[in-house]
Amino acid sequence: MEKIPILKMGQFLLVTIQVDLYDQLAENLEADLVNMVNKTNARGVLIDVSSVSIIDSFMGRILGNIAMMSKIMDADTVVVGMQPAVAITLVELGLPLKGVYTALNVEKGMELLHSKILPTEQNLEEDDDNDARSSE
Amino acid sequence: MTTMTPVVLNKDSMIIAREQDVVPFRNRVKEHAVRIGMSLLNQTKLITGASELVRNMLKYGKGGIGMIEILSKGRDNGIRLIFADNGPGIPDIQKAMTDGFTTGKSMGLGLPGTKRLMNEFDIKSEVGKGTTITVIKWKNG
Ligand SMILES: Nc1ncnc2c1ncn2[C@@H]1O[C@H](COP(=O)(O)OP(=O)(O)OP(=O)(O)O)[C@@H](O)[C@H]1O
Ligand SMILES: [Mg+2]
Repeated sequence: MEKIPILKMGQFLLVTIQVDLYDQLAENLEADLVNMVNKTNARGVLIDVSSVSIIDSFMGRILGNIAMMSKIMDADTVVVGMQPAVAITLVELGLPLKGVYTALNVEKGMELLHSKILPTEQNLEEDDDNDARSSE
Repeated sequence: MTTMTPVVLNKDSMIIAREQDVVPFRNRVKEHAVRIGMSLLNQTKLITGASELVRNMLKYGKGGIGMIEILSKGRDNGIRLIFADNGPGIPDIQKAMTDGFTTGKSMGLGLPGTKRLMNEFDIKSEVGKGTTITVIKWKNG
């Protein structure tokens, strides 16, 4: 079965969804992404949905699951490029994309992910061996 | 404004038996919507609602049939979708239409959400016999 490629870019994983996904493909993507976050210690996941013409409750749940499990492994998830018609429809359907950040495009999404892993000035002052990964 | 009965210009249908039928059905609905010149936003709402109802039919109704009709009413065109199954039926429709109500450990969004996305929404269900849901999305609605 075809697979959706996952690109590693520095500390982030990048996925571009090119077609409307069959359920099995979407479920495989979820499993693959979660595995890869775990294996690579990625700090962020960026999913480009600009070619996706429909997000129903099934696809919404997949995106939510990816975000939730990535978060457990200390990675943020940002969905970028959602078509306006899809975004409006999601709101009317009442689907909460829980834990999922959204951004206009890949560039803005990357900026968002970078801002999430950069320790803030204040943190640096208060804690000189600041390590965002430590979890004491 | 006078109430008019819409005229059915064209009919199409598809058997919904497995998960793999969801995307082809959605695509078929989209083709018809494009053909009548429905706006992208209305197309998206229609297809998303169709997806929810097809999924319900598979998950709760043991599959069924999805019908697509092109309607004409006055100056407007639209699409009517009918989802009919011979599944267990819904004992309490009012409850099923409430946001968050689910018997499938899900989000309980499909039915109330689809109603919001459509111009017209009708649900008939009989326990032990099955469920029929009819929705209409007008081209300019
Ligand atoms: N075709 C059907 N046959 C029998 N019961 C149904 C059918 N469609 C819906 N139901 C019942 O109505 C409930 C609500 O449906 P709805 O689509 O709103 O939510 P859901 O499918 O449980 O969750 P979600 O759609 O968010 O994944 C279902 O849990 C089920 O009990
Ligand atoms: Mg449902």
